[in-house]
Amino acid sequence: MHLYSEQRGDYLLIRAAGDRIDAAGAIQFKDAMRELTQTADARVLLDMSKVAFLDSSGLGAVIAAMKAIGPGRKLELSGLTPTVEKVFRLTRMDSVFTIHASLPESQSEGLRNAV
Amino acid sequence: MQFEPASTIKPDLDETAMQHQACLTIQGDILAVRDGLGLLMSMKPLRALSDEIRGTVAIVLAEALNNVVEHAYRDGPGQIRICVDHLAPVLRVSVYDQGLPMPNEQLPQGLLKPLVEGEELPEGGFGWFLIRTLTMDLAYERHGNLNHLCFEVQA
Repeated sequence: MHLYSEQRGDYLLIRAAGDRIDAAGAIQFKDAMRELTQTADARVLLDMSKVAFLDSSGLGAVIAAMKAIGPGRKLELSGLTPTVEKVFRLTRMDSVFTIHASLPESQSEGLRNAV
Repeated sequence: MQFEPASTIKPDLDETAMQHQACLTIQGDILAVRDGLGLLMSMKPLRALSDEIRGTVAIVLAEALNNVVEHAYRDGPGQIRICVDHLAPVLRVSVYDQGLPMPNEQLPQGLLKPLVEGEELPEGGFGWFLIRTLTMDLAYERHGNLNHLCFEVQA
C-alpha cells in the first residue's frame, strides 16, 4: 500500500494508492500513516477512492491511524467505494469518522511527501 | 477428507461443475488469502454476479479465511479449501481447514462492542460481526480433524 501526501490549504491530504487495505497490508498501512502524519497539521484527510476493498484488519488499521494522530487532531475520510463504505456502515464506524463524499475543492500545492 | 497437494493456489478444473461451482485450495497465510480471493472472484460463478454481491462475498470470505490463518493455523501452517456454489437465489460457501477447532467447537457470537463517548475505540472484534451480519444459515462443524464453516449469501 503506497500512500502519497500533499499539503492542501489547512489540511494534509493523504492518498491511498493501493486497491485494498487487508490483513496482509494492514501493518504496512498503519506504519506509513504514522510516518506521514507525525508532523502534520490539525486536519488529515485520507482519500480512499482507489481502495476497492477493506477487511476488518484494514478497518482496525484506519482506526489505529486515527488514534495515533492524537486526540487534538482529526482523521477525515473521503471517497469511500461501495464495499469499503459497507464495512464502515455495518460496524458503525461511519459515526466515528467524518466522511466526505469527495475531496473538498482546494488549491493543490503539489506532492510534499511520499512513502 | 484429505486435501489435494497444492503449491500455492489450485483451482479445480471440473468442466461440468464449473458453471455453478468454484473450488480453490490455498495455503493458510494472509498473502495466499489475498491472492486466492482475487482468483475466486474472477471464477464462475462469482464473476457473473453484481459488484455489490461480489463485495459482500469478498468481505465475508476475507474474514473467515483470515480467521483460519490467525487462529486455526496459529500453531503451524496448513491448507484451506473454499467452495462456492451458485444455487439461485443464494450462493452457498464452504470453508474447510485442518487446523485447531473453534473454542468449545462454537462460533464466536460476534457482538459489536458499544461505542462509548470518551472511551478508547476498538481496533478489532469486527470479523465475526461482519460474517454474521452478511450471511444466512451460518454453521460450523468439526469432523475429526477438519473444520467446516458454511454459510449462504443472497445472490
